[in-house]
Amino acid sequence: MASPKQIIKNSAVVNDDWSVLRLQEGDTAETVIVPIGKTLVPLKVWLAQKTVLMHRADIGVWFASDERVEDLQDDVAKFSVIAVDFPKFGDGRGYTIAYRLRNRAGYRGELRAIGDVLRDQLFYMQRAGFDAFAVRADKDIHEALKSLKDFSITYQASTDEAQPLFRRVQRGA
Amino acid sequence: MYRYDQFDHQITAERVAQFRDQVRRRLLGELAEDEFRILRLQNGLYMQIHAYMMRIAVPYGMVSSDQMRMFAHIARKYDRGYGHFTTRQNIQFNWLKLQDAPDILADLATVEMHANQTSGNCIRNITSDEFAGVARDEIIDPRPYAEILRQWSTFHPEFGFLPRKFKFSITGATTDRAAIAVNDVGLQAVRNEQGEVGFRVLVGGGLGRTPFIGTEIASFIPWQHILTYSESIVRVFNEYGRRDNLYKARIKILVNAIGIDEFRRQVEEDWKFTKDGPCTVTQAELDRVAACFTAPAYEKLADVALPSDNKAFSNWVARNVKPHKVAGYASVVLSLKNAGIAPGDATEAQMDAVADLADKYSFGELRITHVQNLVLADVKQADLFALWEAAKASGLATPNIGLLTDIICCPGGDYCTLANARSITLAKAIDERFDDLDYLHDIGEIDLNISGCINACGHHHVGHIGILGVDKSGEEWYQITIGGNKGSPANIGKVIGRSFSFAQIPEVISRLLQVYVAKRDEGERFIDTLRRVGPDPFKEFVYATPVPEEAKLQMPDYELMAQGTPYDTPLYSPRF
Repeated sequence: MASPKQIIKNSAVVNDDWSVLRLQEGDTAETVIVPIGKTLVPLKVWLAQKTVLMHRADIGVWFASDERVEDLQDDVAKFSVIAVDFPKFGDGRGYTIAYRLRNRAGYRGELRAIGDVLRDQLFYMQRAGFDAFAVRADKDIHEALKSLKDFSITYQASTDEAQPLFRRVQRGA
Repeated sequence: MYRYDQFDHQITAERVAQFRDQVRRRLLGELAEDEFRILRLQNGLYMQIHAYMMRIAVPYGMVSSDQMRMFAHIARKYDRGYGHFTTRQNIQFNWLKLQDAPDILADLATVEMHANQTSGNCIRNITSDEFAGVARDEIIDPRPYAEILRQWSTFHPEFGFLPRKFKFSITGATTDRAAIAVNDVGLQAVRNEQGEVGFRVLVGGGLGRTPFIGTEIASFIPWQHILTYSESIVRVFNEYGRRDNLYKARIKILVNAIGIDEFRRQVEEDWKFTKDGPCTVTQAELDRVAACFTAPAYEKLADVALPSDNKAFSNWVARNVKPHKVAGYASVVLSLKNAGIAPGDATEAQMDAVADLADKYSFGELRITHVQNLVLADVKQADLFALWEAAKASGLATPNIGLLTDIICCPGGDYCTLANARSITLAKAIDERFDDLDYLHDIGEIDLNISGCINACGHHHVGHIGILGVDKSGEEWYQITIGGNKGSPANIGKVIGRSFSFAQIPEVISRLLQVYVAKRDEGERFIDTLRRVGPDPFKEFVYATPVPEEAKLQMPDYELMAQGTPYDTPLYSPRF
């Protein structure tokens, strides 16, 4: 499947030239052919074909929502792009995957939300650690951008803000 | 009670603006119903049979007189003149229009209220002891901790789309009035041997289809660590809770599947990264929040002798007035359980009236109980008679607190799209059958809970008598459980046998009570007798002879109630 031509990255709409490899029926992680060019491959494919893929600079990896950050832990620094797939926008595991990648695995590169990525989830995604959003193709990406500013203040700490509100500001009585 | 600072106000205002835009986009068709559904639920908005319903958060059940007047305003302006207080210490309005929802939230924000996360698969409104701060058996006032947890859980970016809803409850007393054992996380504030405050933490309790009593995951978490520890529990749940089956998605199923020891290990493995980190609660923050919950300006009074020459007043004192930790004061329960009225319902006139009573007699504050009544927590004993007369004039002085007709009940099939059977109509039928006050007082304390379906909003599992609406080939039937208990200790009731029709239920209740009266020892409550003699005598007597159907319950009056009132079709309703 071709990735959208535009994504939101660092709070702006930008062109994007990464494609997302998804296994089709009959494909296996060991045998699927990873195309040339910038490609986000499933975690399973990375783990199966690592010895070959590790020599390519144009490879990123994506997590399915039931996959574990620990499985990639030692390799995170190799990637400039990691993605997390949202099979349905109501599947919230991707937020914790993002949190773990940022706060446990120390990943600093681009972290992209892919799949069922909709405007009204972007604010939480950004807080949990995503800085890039492949908004679902049938939605207006420029409209979606607005939601990143839904709130100017937040109560709790997360990836975007290490301190909870009560340590950030002098709270009133 | 807690007062908003500028940051609370700003966050609330930004939430209203966010939802207003989401409603706008829904009405324009830019948002599909399945995309909008989760957004409206997280703002407390349900689509019911007749209209939209909004569940407004009342954090830990505390409400000021101004907030109560706002409920009356909403009932008048946007609803049909009444509201419904729920078993989670919230209020629901049942006849709303989608277009009005943003204005309702804006109105609520003016009195520091909201409907955030009162539904949806997120951390819900945190419940607590309705007598917090005034109960004589209180060790620690749980409300500052409840408020700190409320702020932490509000719009938590990682936990907006959990496998299923997630409920915290917190108590600081020896008697558990907050049902902590049947919440996803139950917190019991305790002191350790050094006198330091911390929490005993239960996890994986819950009712619904698969009831479980919560299991202890930690015996003492110091209060400073309550946010980080809670966060690790919810994080592990978010990752591992089942998402393939709606009915197996609660944390109780996960804890039961992997065992408490493995679950604890995973929580502690995650917690070690955040323990002592920035989310550790500071003394300054605790002090700031706790300052909102200081005792009101009590006068120095002695306990007074109450008039004893008025039987109706004495009945009311015996049932509806509770001891207070300050001499000369008492807590008063205003009953929302009146014959013919849905349990927990109050009219706008009643809401205004109780707001006035709160201002006059109880420092302008009220509490909503998880058994769907209202509490004036700080009433001078010397004012009780005058208060009783005023409450009576508003239909709020039924002396039935804790008695059979103090029924806990969900909206049921008359309103709710999930229900298999009617609850409110059944409560009315039971009320009518047992309308003899002397008999009710003789039967004494008993919890009767009705749920219209297995989602158990009426908490039937923990009723001494529980009634569950079940569907058999499209027909409405009711299953009876006995022996449940909501706390100290919590117990799940057991089913007595095959189910009954709507019109049989009052007779079934009557038979259960007859066994109790025949078997009880001096001073025993229904639940005590049942525990002593076991369930068999009750089962045997109920099923010994055919249970007749009560003819009146087949009459047109009941048929009309079953059909509900004529209504407008809700916008975008999937049912029509």
